[in-house]
Amino acid sequence: MLRLPAFEFHQPSTLEEAFALLGSAAPSVRLVAGGTDLWPNMKRRHQKAETVVSLMKIDELRGIQTTNGNGNGPSLSIGAITLLDDIVRSSEVRERFPALSRATASISSPPLRNMATLGGNLCLDTRCTYYNQTEEWRRSIDYCLKEEGTVCWVAPGSPTCWAHSASDTAPMLAAIEATVVLQSPGELREISVSELFHNDGIEYLTIQPGEVLTRIDLPGSSSAKHCRTAFWKLRRRGSIDFAVLSVAVALWLDGAGTVEKANIVLGAVASRPLAVPNAARALVGQKPNIGAVRNAARAARRAATPMDNTDFKTQWRGLMVERYAEAAMCEAMDLPHQLPSPPHV
Amino acid sequence: MASEPARKSAPTRDPRERTDFDGRYVGKPFRRVDGRAKVTGQTLFADDLSFPRMCFMRLVRSTVPHALIKQVDFSKASEIEGFLGSLTGADTPEPFGILPVSQDEHALCPDKVRMVGDPVAAVAAVTEDAAIEAALAVEVEYQELATIASVEEALATPEPRIHDYPKEGGNVHKAVSMEFGQVGEALAGADLVLDDLFFYEGNTHLPMEQHAAVAVPEDTDRITLYSSTQTPHYVHRALAKVLGLPPSRIRVVACSNGGGFGGKSDPFNHEIAAAKMALELGRPVKITLTREEVFYCHRGRHPVLMSMKTGFAQDGTILGQHLKTALDGGAYGSYGVASTYYTGALQTVTYKLPAYRFDGVRTFTNKAPCGPKRGHGTPQPRFGWEVQLDKAAEKLGLDPAELRLKNLEEAGRTTANWLKLGTTGLERCLRAVVEGSGWKKRRGKLPEGRGLGLACGSYLCGAGLPIYWNHMPQSGVQILLDRAGSVAVYCGEAEIGQGSDSVLAAITAEVLGVELADIRLCVADTGFTPVDLGSYSSRVTLMAGNAALEAAERARELLAQAVAEHLEIDKDRLVFSDNRVFDAGEPDTGLSFREACIAAEAKFGTLSTVGSYIPPRSPGKYRGAGVGPSPTYSYSASVIEVEVDVETGLYRPIHVWIAHDIGRSLNPVLVLGQVEGSVYMGLGEAMMEEQAYRRLPAKYSSSLVHKHPSMLEYKSPTFLEMPPVTSYLIEDPDPEGPYGAKEVGQGPLLPIMPALANAIHDAVGVRIDQVPIHPHMILRALAAKKTGRPARFGPAGFPQVDFGGTLHVPTPDQGGDGRSIDDYRHKLRSGMRSASGTMTTREEALQKHGKLTTD
Repeated sequence: MLRLPAFEFHQPSTLEEAFALLGSAAPSVRLVAGGTDLWPNMKRRHQKAETVVSLMKIDELRGIQTTNGNGNGPSLSIGAITLLDDIVRSSEVRERFPALSRATASISSPPLRNMATLGGNLCLDTRCTYYNQTEEWRRSIDYCLKEEGTVCWVAPGSPTCWAHSASDTAPMLAAIEATVVLQSPGELREISVSELFHNDGIEYLTIQPGEVLTRIDLPGSSSAKHCRTAFWKLRRRGSIDFAVLSVAVALWLDGAGTVEKANIVLGAVASRPLAVPNAARALVGQKPNIGAVRNAARAARRAATPMDNTDFKTQWRGLMVERYAEAAMCEAMDLPHQLPSPPHV
Repeated sequence: MASEPARKSAPTRDPRERTDFDGRYVGKPFRRVDGRAKVTGQTLFADDLSFPRMCFMRLVRSTVPHALIKQVDFSKASEIEGFLGSLTGADTPEPFGILPVSQDEHALCPDKVRMVGDPVAAVAAVTEDAAIEAALAVEVEYQELATIASVEEALATPEPRIHDYPKEGGNVHKAVSMEFGQVGEALAGADLVLDDLFFYEGNTHLPMEQHAAVAVPEDTDRITLYSSTQTPHYVHRALAKVLGLPPSRIRVVACSNGGGFGGKSDPFNHEIAAAKMALELGRPVKITLTREEVFYCHRGRHPVLMSMKTGFAQDGTILGQHLKTALDGGAYGSYGVASTYYTGALQTVTYKLPAYRFDGVRTFTNKAPCGPKRGHGTPQPRFGWEVQLDKAAEKLGLDPAELRLKNLEEAGRTTANWLKLGTTGLERCLRAVVEGSGWKKRRGKLPEGRGLGLACGSYLCGAGLPIYWNHMPQSGVQILLDRAGSVAVYCGEAEIGQGSDSVLAAITAEVLGVELADIRLCVADTGFTPVDLGSYSSRVTLMAGNAALEAAERARELLAQAVAEHLEIDKDRLVFSDNRVFDAGEPDTGLSFREACIAAEAKFGTLSTVGSYIPPRSPGKYRGAGVGPSPTYSYSASVIEVEVDVETGLYRPIHVWIAHDIGRSLNPVLVLGQVEGSVYMGLGEAMMEEQAYRRLPAKYSSSLVHKHPSMLEYKSPTFLEMPPVTSYLIEDPDPEGPYGAKEVGQGPLLPIMPALANAIHDAVGVRIDQVPIHPHMILRALAAKKTGRPARFGPAGFPQVDFGGTLHVPTPDQGGDGRSIDDYRHKLRSGMRSASGTMTTREEALQKHGKLTTD
């Protein structure tokens, strides 16, 4: 069987201890939470570390709390190491942020949701069929640009890596304008989820060395009371598989039922959660109608660049962006749609 | 020890008299004998074994697809703490392979690698971690050769040759051509001729358990190998050959298999390398493969391109067929010669096919070797055949079920290609699924996007011939009784999850009237058990079952004689039941089973009996007639209901109805498990599974790699994708089977893939002539339909192939004798001097050869 290479493992119980370890153990140090991404990656040796610092014993990073909001009702604050399963089971999350609950419930399988965390899912390494392979397999292609190699096999002429963002919570959190807290010794930054990512398969996170993602804040203004949301995910099987496409929709309607603001964010079709402002623009100022939805869905398809780095035919996945975006927007607008809803377990 | 010579054929009896047989175990859903141990974790799989001083081995596998090995450097590896030793191809120069005609594998490649994953070297270390590090540290220098990735490339690229032994030349491994009757005439006289191209993508077995082996040396030059194998006997033979030891000094034990499906039926390089390493180091050596390595072992479904031309009369009568198949064999022979024949052999056993021509070719490619996955060679042409019948029914304005019923083969007939049929339950299977699914009322009448599809299939109940030419039994059972009243059953069969241990125990318990708990099994151990050829070709229930029946009946006879003498009554009056042997007329008069054993041991001495089984001789005597014969055949029929979304091409099977002709269920729960498992595996092949390879852009790289050797990215259905299944067991005891039983391990898979394709056609009116059926294919076919082009997705052409000289074999209806009219000429041309057919009688052969050779 594949086995983990040897490394030094620390499990501090306070953030301060974690910072100290991060500072002293450089350069080859990695943070881990649930480990459902890092451990298999280390077994296949495309992520390496001499030292791994676990956040799982730092209790202050766990849990779902209601906080005072900004006038739009209370916000929810979710600690970075909160288990995905705890989020799925939270009635607060389900009632106030139903599409986030659905996105979280669609991740992987029940056993993995019992280990995986929300912070970990946001920081999920970008994925590619040329990269998520064993050491021996990657030797047989002389590695790739993302790790050790010189060529991106998805687009051999490309100077950048095309590995795709496969997080399901990231597009949804971006759509509902969630923010994250990044802490380092003596410092605290709060940035939006969309600012957390670069569109680069290698440097896909904007987190600085020494920073720890500690918390995710969900604004009250994005709760079901104010905001209509939907999350649709395409994959081969209704469980276990990563998304080959996800569509996160958040709409804010005024009193007359006209769309005031919209966020359409796609997952798995770029190296980051891909916001599609043109799709949002097609909806703003409109009352729910299928014509506007179709215009927005076409814009989503134009923005997406699915590459041959995951399951299914690339061209077909492009077509599916339009179909799935349409279905997700229809759902958020309470419009009827034809597409059978994919099962998620 | 009492022992009798092997009998020539199955015990003569008439199980039809036993149609209403009411057994204690036979026909009852008894708990499988290994069930409790498996669910409580007591079963020891090969990877669970541990021995004092055991060390760990890893194989260094090729990272290039085709190359000469220039140098293997262990200098860095040997510095790793815990490193114990290494081997290269120079240590295992003797080739091996499952078929005598394809001895083309090495435990470690001596000079050349033919695929990514080929083993180049082995390293052993005191821990698994150290072995992994050492294997990664071995440096291999290659001189790369051009690669071949498909049948088309192999046919177009004779040089460099991947193997240089096949007489066909170039990169063709095997070419066959045979004609039964006059196909040209049949097609010329047909009212409708359909000429279709089909493609069946390769896929792999995906057993839960990765292959594992532990080699334990004893004294000098004696060794035991524990392995997750379906065929301990064939592993035994390969080990003896490569290690150069007498087979009597080698013992192979097949541990419980965590799934096989044909993927553990070959002797494997890691097994032999572990044995060699254990002998070198003088300590036990374990190797457990990674999932990626299991994908490289492969031996799965061949990708097959097919051309199928069939003639029909206006009333639907099938007149003749010309089938051409092209198999992508991968880097080694494996079972490939047999696989090639199997893509043609069973085309004749479901519907009367009066004239039939089959041309097949298998090529080598630089990919993991294909072999015998569940259904071995038959699912591919069966897919094409059943889809083509659906098309014919549409063209002729007939109900697809009626078209099939009209053409059904009949029990006891000999087909055009000389296969002798046993009982045939296909009509009852068809009627069961037609009725169960509401076919007559619902097909063609469901709303757009919903459809029903129907297909049938048939499979062997054990291959008629062994893999190597010999005159010995294909299965043997020994029973040992003792004064404790215990019954020990010894048999070489291997439990791979299908329930063969339970069948063996139940038949013995049934005959001797004891409880399953009184029976101890010793199976799949070449050091102690009589040979059984292994768990492949759906042979164990029929062959080991018949051998067990014979051994048990002989044991019963010994006990009956002793008890009759003791009770002073006629032995024919004795009943064996409830752990007693008693007078049928006066049930109170009798002995306990234990007392009966004591009486018999006192009378005869130590008690042991044996039973063995050899299949009946097949009537076919032409070259190639050895593939296809079986004591009898199972039949299956299925209807699948599907829902298809025309906007995306996404689809979902909603319900599967399946009927299987089992002869008699020895245990209906085990039979249903096999039926449902086949449906599941069939849906995986139909919907998503692909052993896909990819080249990298030639400008940058010569790589040719498995696209996704992992269980995450090789897509196989989860139970979420599994629709409800309604199963019907069709029982009509077959005289060849023990208590009338036929096979169920493979047959029920066959109708699934074509039934799904036919259902998609009923739902949205497009033909997908290949599997797996991806949603983009449905969209493409729908788009073609909209623009007036053929509403189809499938292969576009069949390559030019030289299939060699065609054997012409007159059919039974033409008054043939089972021989080819040009056999002699063909054999002279092919260098085979024998003027007789492939299979003479055993008596003839024994007289002629005058020796009891096993090779």
